[in-house]
Amino acid sequence: MYAFDYHRPKSLRQAVNLLAKVEDAKLLAGGHTLLPTMKQRLAAPANIIDLNGIAELAGIERKGRAVVIGAMTRHADVAESPIVQEAIPALAELADQIGDPQVRNRGTIGGSIANNDPAADYPAACIALGATIITNKRKVPAEEFFTGLFETALEEGEIITRVSFPLPSKAAYMKFPNPASRYALVGVFVAKRGAEVRVAVTGAGADGVFRVGAMEEALKARFSPKSLEGIKVPSKGLNSDIHADADYRAHLIGVMARRAVANATGKA
Amino acid sequence: MATVSMTVNGKHVSADVEPRTLLVQFLREHLRLTGTHVGCDTSQCGACVVHLDGRAVKSCTTLALTCDGAEVVTIEGLAKDGRLHPMQEAFRDNHGLQCGFCTPGMIMSAIDIVRRKGHDLDEHTIREELEGNICRCTGYHNIVRAVAAGAQAMKGGEPLKKAAE
Repeated sequence: MYAFDYHRPKSLRQAVNLLAKVEDAKLLAGGHTLLPTMKQRLAAPANIIDLNGIAELAGIERKGRAVVIGAMTRHADVAESPIVQEAIPALAELADQIGDPQVRNRGTIGGSIANNDPAADYPAACIALGATIITNKRKVPAEEFFTGLFETALEEGEIITRVSFPLPSKAAYMKFPNPASRYALVGVFVAKRGAEVRVAVTGAGADGVFRVGAMEEALKARFSPKSLEGIKVPSKGLNSDIHADADYRAHLIGVMARRAVANATGKA
Repeated sequence: MATVSMTVNGKHVSADVEPRTLLVQFLREHLRLTGTHVGCDTSQCGACVVHLDGRAVKSCTTLALTCDGAEVVTIEGLAKDGRLHPMQEAFRDNHGLQCGFCTPGMIMSAIDIVRRKGHDLDEHTIREELEGNICRCTGYHNIVRAVAAGAQAMKGGEPLKKAAE
């Protein structure tokens, strides 16, 4: 790891000011992607702004028909939160499947979303549930937030503060993890809210998380695993690597989607 | 250089460190607490697990400066008055180790499992929860037994430290 200057703001305002002032800065949340990347010298920021001292960025609350989660909330806290377990159990279950227990004790929802790893779990939940990403400057619908491989709509000087998840009527997340890394080879989040159904896929897309329109239409007609029978996801545009080729990933999307719908309807 | 202060195994410590110093380097190289090991250095193997404000974390993937003001417990901090912690004792009784390299991390993780999941742990739960700790001697079978026995032995001991909110 190359040397850097370290800053530890006590408030969001201080963090925003630092971000505007110091050159070549990276925000440090849980650090479980940034620090390994810096060790490999794939990243070498001149300045690190550590968000771990900002109490106002962590916490979970129910606000009407939504659950609002602070950006610095750890995966373990989302997984164990009675509020999340009651309101959106699929989201608590997703958080409980990220990495391993020690990673979940450090990793944060804001860090995961800002990084937009194509195999991360949270982006699928954000898209399927129709979340809103709240920053120090604005509110961004999840659909507009994830713009490509490790790319987001975040601008210079922008910090994620909270993520707001509207409550679904039914939802489930099914993941086929890479057995070594626990990242998703394929993860499918299915959510139904009113007449709206969304199917979001992570781990498979070469450009990151994406929706499967054909599945959504079929599930709108009837929300049952049977509705998905015969729907093939094209393997074009899917990741191929030593762990799984594109055809296998395409196949897994179908399997995981059917299991997710079965789980969401209580027929798993 | 920057100054970092924290409580390690109940003792207040303070030192000037380079900002890039990892918690594990701080523990091993500054405090000479070499019971915490560096295995993979990529947050996979769990040999470096310590408790940070009551929660198991991988100290190879945490900056020392992030822990300013925090309470850290390492494997050296478990034994009290010359008596091993019940989880350490259980690893010895059940021969839950072969070469011993992964053992400090296993024990720190095991105590965190008891904190989160309670004292009555079935084999499946233990194996799932040990996902972040790797033993390369093949020895999981006895490690799982040791964790189950240690969890039982911790009943009636001091109340488990609650994670910092």
